[in-house]
Amino acid sequence: MKRIRPERNSLQILLPACILLAVLLLWYIISYTNLFPAYALPSPAAVLKSFIEEIKVGRLFNDMIASLWRVAVGFVLSAILGIPTGLWLGQHLRGRQAFVPMLNFFRFLSPLAWIPFAILWFHIGDKPAIFLIFMATFFPLALATMAAVATIPSIYFRVAKDYHYKGFELLSKVTFPAVLPQIITAMRVSYGISWVVIVAAEMVGCQDGLGYGIWEARNGLRLDSAVCYMIIIGLLGMGIDRLLAQLTKLPNVRWGYER
Amino acid sequence: MKDKSAQTSLRLENVSHQYGLVSVIHDLNLEVHPGEVVVLVGPSGCGKTTILNILSGFIKPVSGKVIKKGIIRTVYQQDGLFPWLTVSENISLGLRVITDSAGREKELNELIELIHLEGFENHYPHQLSGGMRQRVELARVLAGDTDILLMDEPFSALDYQTRLRMRKELVRILKNRPRTVVFVTHDIEEATQLADRVLVLSGRPAAVRHELQITAARPRNGTDPAVIEAMKEILTVLDL
Repeated sequence: MKRIRPERNSLQILLPACILLAVLLLWYIISYTNLFPAYALPSPAAVLKSFIEEIKVGRLFNDMIASLWRVAVGFVLSAILGIPTGLWLGQHLRGRQAFVPMLNFFRFLSPLAWIPFAILWFHIGDKPAIFLIFMATFFPLALATMAAVATIPSIYFRVAKDYHYKGFELLSKVTFPAVLPQIITAMRVSYGISWVVIVAAEMVGCQDGLGYGIWEARNGLRLDSAVCYMIIIGLLGMGIDRLLAQLTKLPNVRWGYER
Repeated sequence: MKDKSAQTSLRLENVSHQYGLVSVIHDLNLEVHPGEVVVLVGPSGCGKTTILNILSGFIKPVSGKVIKKGIIRTVYQQDGLFPWLTVSENISLGLRVITDSAGREKELNELIELIHLEGFENHYPHQLSGGMRQRVELARVLAGDTDILLMDEPFSALDYQTRLRMRKELVRILKNRPRTVVFVTHDIEEATQLADRVLVLSGRPAAVRHELQITAARPRNGTDPAVIEAMKEILTVLDL
């Protein structure tokens, strides 16, 4: 075991690094051979140059903060409301019968369909973007939590009854921890959705943010700048997912991932 | 405090139960004496578990009377531990009735010592073997002020050798903390090693077909004459 470890670790970095290099090389070759005109496919060098420019001006950093803030607020709001809603629905058959068709209907509405309403209701700024993130993540989170509750083995509730858990204590000490591993997974998925949605939302309802940056670049035909923003969006998305993945290392949820 | 078995009572009078149109128990009478270990054996699907569920109060029978006095807890076949709680925390579920924290701590340590899991207090169930998990279940049902233990094939999911070891463990633990026990199994050897009294049930609807007392002292080996005699008798009754 000990002898395999370091080798595996270095491979874990080496393999994706090779793929990254290959993609960069491909990009370089395509732009070098002028397969597309330079304004339609910026070269790696042009992107690097515009990166340095953006960092010097400080705009990129501002846009990052703006987008992160909107996603954080929208996502936390939908978690605070969506998870309890899912827990409640999971435990009440009548509630499920009443609400699930409507929840499903809204789940399949693309959040982008809400853009005109978002702008009319909340004008320009953080609010329409937060609203769109909320609309995009609330329904999948609530429904995933509800589905998780339905899969709790009935034996846990029997044991809970043997030890006199009821009411709120049953919910917080049995139902919630029993579905927590699945809730964490659902949160990672809906965070992914919100990170995709924020870019679209900022293209229309905002004066800053990563999505707005891409929109601006398009308007000025500065695709080198757009690529900068795309790289940042991808990296930030991955980074925050890594952070959320840390939640799966909590000792009281490990059981959910090791079966 | 330790001998909790003396003042219990557990009795079924003319109990019948059915699921839909299928009658699973018909006019069953059963009395479990304080401190007694009663083992129910019978073909699978004969309603053994239903009887336990009626005793625990999880199912209300269609007709008949259930008389019980004392606190009843159940050991399940498997996966009865909460996977999000450690060994200590799982056992502590059973100690919720003890209000002073020093007393709770002391009892918890005694129980962990009793089931020989010192050093595993902070492990989670998925980090333990099947036998260790069932020992934690035992500690949890014994904790606090339980009077009556209902055991629903508690060792049937374990491998054969672990099962043999767990039988010995149960006998040792019950010596230390006597309780009234109703134990359901399909394993005749297990029944004869553990029981004061074996009730052989008939197929659906369940009724007591044969009753036998085993007075030999525990622990009993599978090869003890008393055990072999009893097994012969049960096998004859079951026509096997």
